[in-house]
Amino acid sequence: MFSASHRLHSDEMSPEENVATYGKCNNPYGHGHNYALEVTVSGPIDESTGMVCNLGDLDGFVEREILEHFDHQNLNTLAEFAQAVPTTENLCAAIYDILQRGFTRAHLEKVRMDETMMNSFEYAGGAEMRR
Amino acid sequence: MVYLTRKAEFSASHYYHNPEFTPEENRRIFGKCNNPNGHGHNYTLEVTVKGDVDSRSGFVVDLKQLKEILNREVLEAMDHRFLNKEVPEFVNRIPTTENLAIAIWQRLAPKLKAAQLHRVRVYETPDLFVDFYGEV
Repeated sequence: MFSASHRLHSDEMSPEENVATYGKCNNPYGHGHNYALEVTVSGPIDESTGMVCNLGDLDGFVEREILEHFDHQNLNTLAEFAQAVPTTENLCAAIYDILQRGFTRAHLEKVRMDETMMNSFEYAGGAEMRR
Repeated sequence: MVYLTRKAEFSASHYYHNPEFTPEENRRIFGKCNNPNGHGHNYTLEVTVKGDVDSRSGFVVDLKQLKEILNREVLEAMDHRFLNKEVPEFVNRIPTTENLAIAIWQRLAPKLKAAQLHRVRVYETPDLFVDFYGEV
């Protein structure tokens, strides 16, 4: 889990269009969420360890490369969102890319993020998700 | 493609009864759920839609619009209702959670424009849920 703030605003839209599209999320001072991240990996079970991958390796990677990067930050100020609006759709894709590039010990299936108790987002690299 | 899931909760009552069964069969097959005065649940609905992220807005779908569609098509029709008597789909169909998921899919699918309906999940209790992907 990590906590971060964001403001949904597109420079390509007029002020009126931004308010119409993003509503309260366009408030100029931003607002925050506690994001819950779920990472799903898959792979054959290693015979010697009985594991798909060492959870310590996965936890360490997520802690170092994702939580340290995003936790208690304003997402709009990060390089990932210099050109893209920090919606949770785009945040999911950014986190998927970090894992896809850096975590090579198992196959990355999908990233799921809960923005609130009522909303969640899933991204599987653009592919259809397994049911 | 990104998948977005929105949750909603509603409370409703129902009972299970098939007029083609004998009273004994109804009791044997449906057990306590056959009580003719009905019983209720707090249902949790999870609606998952899928689509490409709009490059201007960063959205798959406008969450506010999705919430309004859920409210209008599902919650207003089913929340605090007796499903067997007050929801037309269940006048001649048993309001099992399976049939509820199908009915909700059929209500929502034609109303969604920007994104495509992927899954309807209905929890009858925290221990029991049904998934429907639109394939009858």
